[in-house]
Amino acid sequence: MEDTTVKLLGTKGSPFSHRAEVALRLKDVKFEFLHEDLAHKSDMLLRHNPIHKKVPVLVHGEKSIAESLIVIEYVDEAFEGYNILPSDPYERAMARFWARFIDDKVIPAFWMSCWTDGEIQKGFIAQSKETLTTLQRQLEGKKFFGGDSIGLVDLAGCMIAFWFAVLQEVAGINLLNEEDYPVLCRWAEDYCSVRAVSESLPDKSFLVAHFASKKEKMFATKAPLLSTKAGRPLPPPLKSNG
Amino acid sequence: MASEKGVTLLDFWVSPFGQRARIALAEKGVQYEYKEQNLVEKSDLLLKSNPVYKKIPVLIHDGKPVCESLVIVQYIDEVWSDKAPLLPSDPYQKAQARFWADYVDKKVFDCGTRLWKLKGEEQEAAKKEMIEILQLLEAQLGDNKYFGGDTFGYVDVAFIPFTSWFYTYETCGNFSIEAVAPKLVKWAKRCMERESVKTLYDPNKVYEFVCYLKKKFGVE
Repeated sequence: MEDTTVKLLGTKGSPFSHRAEVALRLKDVKFEFLHEDLAHKSDMLLRHNPIHKKVPVLVHGEKSIAESLIVIEYVDEAFEGYNILPSDPYERAMARFWARFIDDKVIPAFWMSCWTDGEIQKGFIAQSKETLTTLQRQLEGKKFFGGDSIGLVDLAGCMIAFWFAVLQEVAGINLLNEEDYPVLCRWAEDYCSVRAVSESLPDKSFLVAHFASKKEKMFATKAPLLSTKAGRPLPPPLKSNG
Repeated sequence: MASEKGVTLLDFWVSPFGQRARIALAEKGVQYEYKEQNLVEKSDLLLKSNPVYKKIPVLIHDGKPVCESLVIVQYIDEVWSDKAPLLPSDPYQKAQARFWADYVDKKVFDCGTRLWKLKGEEQEAAKKEMIEILQLLEAQLGDNKYFGGDTFGYVDVAFIPFTSWFYTYETCGNFSIEAVAPKLVKWAKRCMERESVKTLYDPNKVYEFVCYLKKKFGVE
């Protein structure tokens, strides 16, 4: 008989793992969360994601699916129930576009704002503000990016909704605040209140401690631990927007 | 933007990302208007259609713009679903196809750019990386006719435009792709027999274009 068990290889601290976990909870899928120690990756992780060796990896029976946005689309298509993506092709294209924008632009700019200093930091902060403003505009007239209920873009934006507050506290910057981004901050609260989300969020104090311990290391190496879509650290922002 | 009926593609001749859209449209037999863009002096239409990135390709369908090449290809596949499906119907096979197209996106263009732009040790490193990437993709292809199996599919569309850059990578990096990934070269030749892919530019023209860019950026 075909093995249909579902396992999620992830870590509680990772927003990318969180995305996959929320997707499974929205669909009411029974799954086992296998916690990975990223400093000592398990054989199972290396076997199921030999290319990138990262979390999350969804193991559905014999099948392994990696890359969080791909995992979300797989869960949406493989399991019945809640619709994470819209059914209209144009709306789906828009959802995919904005999810990618979050991964390619919003997250890297904010991350680099946290772990750089001086003129370089000023450049990243300016970039980050621009990306947050652009993203916030997409919420106009809507409760969530997905409309009345959370969808692909909301899941993609989880790092903004929960992790950004922690990161900026540790880094000592104040980028995402209610005064500058009232709509985005309201969305963040609403997103975190959804049950499938709140059940998948890490403990805030754990996260603060986790990033605080990484802070020195990140400033010392000047090599922020997040790579961009192209797999390389972001260069300092150019003065003009190419 | 006026709600005009029809399909328009804003593109730049040598862009492998634009070619993905062109190939997908051709596979589906979609009639469209091709509008070559000036990337130095960007048109109002381009700026209005893609205000976020101001880049090509942009597909405009009945007045509504779609941006980012793989988003465009998936859109084309979903709208014109009656012909030549690019993504498989099985969710797991679909996920695999998306994964490998994403891998091509993350790796090939950036590494290739470093290969032709850089010199010395950095160029050597880029060359080593490119060989690894190509061999990994070749292993994924295996003995299949296409990445899509028996049928030309999403990963084939995502990757084939970069094959017209192979000559450039080989010349700049001083190595032979056929020697390191022969099955990949055979696959590329098979794809070039398709009507949708035949329109891909001459590798020599791509090389000429890269030489022009190198002069422009002062790389030599």
